[in-house]
Amino acid sequence: MSLFQKLIHIDRRIIFILIFFGTAVPLLLVLNLPVEVTKNVKNVYKMVEETPEGSPVIISFDYDPSTKPEIQPMAVAIIQQSLRNKLKLICIALWPMGVQLCNEAFEQVLPLFPEVKYGIDYVNLGYKAGGMVTINHMAKDLPSTFPTDAGGIPIDEFPIMKGINNFSKIGFVVGLSAGDPGLKQWVMVVHDAYGRPVAGGSTAVQVPYLLPYVNEQQQLTGLVGGLKGAAEYEKLINQPGFATKGMDAQSVAHLIIILLIVIGNVGFFITKRTK
Amino acid sequence: MALIMERIGIWVGAILTFAIFSFLYRDNPFYKIAEQIFIGISAGYWFIYTIYNILIPNLFTPLLTNFSANLLLLLPALLGILMLCRLIPRIDWVSRYSIALVVGTTAGLFFKRYLQSDVINQMNATMINPFSAPDLAATIGQLILIIGTVTGIIYFFFSKKHEGVFGGTARVGIFFLMISFGAAFGYTVMARISLLIGRLDFLLGDWLGIIKP
Repeated sequence: MSLFQKLIHIDRRIIFILIFFGTAVPLLLVLNLPVEVTKNVKNVYKMVEETPEGSPVIISFDYDPSTKPEIQPMAVAIIQQSLRNKLKLICIALWPMGVQLCNEAFEQVLPLFPEVKYGIDYVNLGYKAGGMVTINHMAKDLPSTFPTDAGGIPIDEFPIMKGINNFSKIGFVVGLSAGDPGLKQWVMVVHDAYGRPVAGGSTAVQVPYLLPYVNEQQQLTGLVGGLKGAAEYEKLINQPGFATKGMDAQSVAHLIIILLIVIGNVGFFITKRTK
Repeated sequence: MALIMERIGIWVGAILTFAIFSFLYRDNPFYKIAEQIFIGISAGYWFIYTIYNILIPNLFTPLLTNFSANLLLLLPALLGILMLCRLIPRIDWVSRYSIALVVGTTAGLFFKRYLQSDVINQMNATMINPFSAPDLAATIGQLILIIGTVTGIIYFFFSKKHEGVFGGTARVGIFFLMISFGAAFGYTVMARISLLIGRLDFLLGDWLGIIKP
């Protein structure tokens, strides 16, 4: 058996070990590989920057712990930027576990903003089942869709919710999405039916399906895709976090995968020719 | 006490992570135990979550606090009960009324939204003048967008045999489809590696304390 034949029949467990160490070692030895900011991520950043101070905005936590490593860094970065720009954050969840992930993100950010108060500067309205039906209902009557916050307190008691009856006063919606219901539903209702700006972050798997909405029609103002997008956002707000730390490991793992694909293809063509 | 519980939680998480990872070597009892624990806990969690976060706030509390004002809620409650009849083979047919309502309303609602967002707005976004773009790169990008969309649609037009100019155009469409499949594969790899990074960060950081937050 030639070297190439051996390589294309390599035991898959060796590949797993290579990927494991290729990911673990860069986490231990920080390489600080450069992260370039792309236009789609910059558009989300710009949208948040250009929204007038004091505007109420919606952040929707439509993911669960299985995709936390990818989306939570985006949530933390976007919340941080929004609070820095004194926006009023109305948080909701179309996925049940989004409620806890929202609380975790705020726990991480709030020590940087001691002046920020619950109910005045931000609120967590909790989870509501229904996906697109829920968003449609919010557009008609938001208070009856979410009569209380996640803790069961009536929303009339929160100054942040005064005068918010639908999407008309909402500066923008950011959907942090790992699937359905998620960002696509926000685009369909909030932008396409009510004309309000929508941007978001998603898992890398979803990016190819969501990118067509970042178009001339601006169905999506911008899109933060996967851990790479989150690292770009951390760079834009100048607060390196988990995503920036993870990008070294991501890059090395990708190099190993590219190398394996090249070896596999070269080996395949060489053995095919020798046959 | 809270600190001890947190440490125990981290150890349980680490052991279960290794049990799941052990499947990469081959199927084994540790993997099966971790899998069964996950399924059991998930089922229990969702059962309780549904009761406390959907049924109680949306149905029981409104009915118990103001029954007459929320009479309409009895209708979805009844449809929900009908759905449960699927569990009894003799009367499982009554669940079809609930399913019919869900299918009908979903189809009606989604038809309008999908037509607007996925057909009309997407078509508008492709009907652009590429030569009005601010720079050469944008012009080339918009030309690729138009060619890719048109040739891709032609590939999926099956009422005419794919031969001659038509077949050649469809072949160009295949190249665009292949590139999009490649991009989707690349993004999927990126997503899976990100999840591995998350787990390794937990093992090396929270569990072993080798990497600092």
